[in-house]
Order: sequence, then structure tokens, then C-alpha cells
Amino acid sequence: MTPDDLSLICRIVRARAGYVIDQAKAAMIENRLGPLVRREGFNSLSDLVTAIKTKRDERLVWALADAMLPKDTAFFRDRTPFSQFRDVILPDLEQRLGTQPLRIWSAGCATGEEAYSLALALDEARAGRGGRAIEIVGSDLSDRCIERAAAGIFSQMEVQKGLPIRYLVRHFDRQDEAWHLSASIRQKVQWSRVNLISEISTVGQFDVIFCRYVLGGFDDLMRKQVLSQLAGALNDNGYLIVGRDEAVLDQAVGLSPVWGSSDVYRRDPALRIVA
Amino acid sequence: MKTCLVVDDSVAIRKVARMILENLGFHVTEASDGHEAIAWCRASMPDAILLDWNMPLMSGIDFLRQLRAEPQGGAPKVLFCTVENDLFHINEALKAGADEYIMKPFDGDVISAKFAEVGLI
Repeated sequence: MTPDDLSLICRIVRARAGYVIDQAKAAMIENRLGPLVRREGFNSLSDLVTAIKTKRDERLVWALADAMLPKDTAFFRDRTPFSQFRDVILPDLEQRLGTQPLRIWSAGCATGEEAYSLALALDEARAGRGGRAIEIVGSDLSDRCIERAAAGIFSQMEVQKGLPIRYLVRHFDRQDEAWHLSASIRQKVQWSRVNLISEISTVGQFDVIFCRYVLGGFDDLMRKQVLSQLAGALNDNGYLIVGRDEAVLDQAVGLSPVWGSSDVYRRDPALRIVA
Repeated sequence: MKTCLVVDDSVAIRKVARMILENLGFHVTEASDGHEAIAWCRASMPDAILLDWNMPLMSGIDFLRQLRAEPQGGAPKVLFCTVENDLFHINEALKAGADEYIMKPFDGDVISAKFAEVGLI
């Protein structure tokens, strides 16, 4: 692959998804795009890039951007954010919202493990038993990820990385080497394709947003823009949970850290949001 | 330092499990069947037991039932680690007192996640 090809790939990913890819990581780029090359029937990555240059095929351009984005996720990843959600955030919101509906967004959810973890945690906490409507939205830029998430089918390795065995026994069924999530949990999550660097107001307002291990891929300017959008999508006193080491304090206008934490923020109605 | 007893009749599995668990900060001992494991536990009850199901002389499930009947036998966190990957076996293990369940093949991330789940890391 030529430096020009690498440069084009990085420019496409940045323009479409806002993600900064280091052009020097040629091996990583080739590794991530290998499956796309094979799926699309090209002989090499150079052939794929040539096709993009000559045909200007939008579908192929988006497929390349999609393939380049990291998709690491796991059920109950890091555990603590989910226990904080169940034990602290949920009781606080239930008290404050009264009978109003509770809306939760897993933004940049990849294959859906995070959104389903929230659904499982809510089910275990028996949230909504008083008749309160609870809506969970899982979104990602990738159509392929959203399709996989909606299917709710996971490999043996995927259900073992963070999913407590009691959830597997209660809510999954094993079929043909894969684990199928029950319809009752799947139906608790709505799925949507959302590009966080574009207009996100279509997904509405939320009381809790999980946006974890997504912000780290943006440059500072884009991160601030996305954070402003996420803050704008939060109801007053709503919570934003980001990934470890994705501290946003100096960049998130309108967000205040909660409990001295570097990964839980609250939309502060007293702070003006500047987009 | 927390202790973990690895019970598996496969030398290769014990070797891999030992390597992963030592990297997680455990002091590791090994047994190749349930009888040997009971002897280890009577001598010194570990904090955790990583337990295979199918072994000669005494199976993992028989070991677990006997362990839970021993004085202090309720203390160790027991994590099955087996090729038996269906809900029937998982439910049997939980009924017998297992705390977690790992389906082979496994890797370091799986072991780490499961030991975190039972509160040992």
C-alpha cells in the first residue's frame, strides 16, 4: 500500500466518522480492512482503494469507514459504571422523575453488549415495576454492528467477558454454538444508526447517556463538539458516563463531574452550554 | 497474596491457568483430580478454586459437593472451567455451589473477568 493510499483511508475515516487514525500504523489499517477486502471480492487493499478513487461508490466509502472503527466492547465492561448506574443513578432518577418516563442512550454501542447490560441491570433492579416507561436506545455509526446488536446473538467467548453466569442462565439460550438473548430483554432496546459528529437531535433527550470508549478516537476539537452535542441531549441533571481515562472536565461545557469521578458527569442546568 | 487451587487432569490446562492466574497476582497450587483437591483443601483452604468437570477418580461436581460439606468448605470461590457448555451442566454446577462458570476454550480476559465477578480481583 502506498503512502497516498494510507493517507486517503485516514482522510475518509476522519471525514465520515471524525476518527483520527495514525497513518503510520499501516499493519493495523491492513488488518482492519482485510475482511472488507475479502467480503467485497477485491484481490488486495490497493484494489479496494483504487475502486474507491475511481468509482466514488458511497456505499464502499462508508463500508471502509465502518471497518476502520474500533468495535471493542463487552457485557458490563469495567463493572463499576453499571453498579453505579444500578445503585446510585437509577434510585436518584426514580426519585426525581416521579412517574415520567426514563430514557437511556448507549451511544456508540458497537455490537450492543453495553445496551443489553443496561437492560439486564434494569431487569434485575426491577425498574419500571411501578408502571414507569423505560426506553433504552442503542446507537452506532455502523449498520453492520446495529444489525448484529438487534439480533442479540453472541459467541461463547463474548458471553464470558463480563456477563455474570446468573444472567446467562436466566436470559440466554444456547443454539448451534451461539448464545441467543431472550426476546424479553431484546425488546427493551431500540436500535438506531447515529453518527455522533452529525446532528444527533433526532434521537431525542435522555436522562442517562453511556458513551464509553468512543470519545478517545476524536481529536480535541471534535471531542468538544461531540461532548457539547451529548450535553445538549441530556435532560437537566441527567448523567453522562464516559470510559476510563476519557476525562472531559476541561472540555465539556455544561457538564459537572459527579462524586469526584473522572468518568461520570451530570448536566448542570446552571452552566451555559456553548456548542 | 490470594491463593487459587487449579484442579484439572490436563497438565497443559493447568500450566496455562497457572500462568494467567500468577499474572493476576495469585499464588497457585495444582491438583489433577477431586481426591487430590480435597486433600489440598483440608491442608489449607484456598481463596479460589478453578475446577474442571471431567476428571478421573473424582469428578469436579462430586468434588464440589464434598467441598461444600467440609468445615470451611463454603469459603472458597469456586469457578468451574470445563468443556461442558450447556445450560444443564451450568445449572447443576450452580446448584452444587459454584460461584461462576467458565466454558473452555478460555483466555486471560475471560479468567480475569470471571475472577473480578466473584470479587477476587
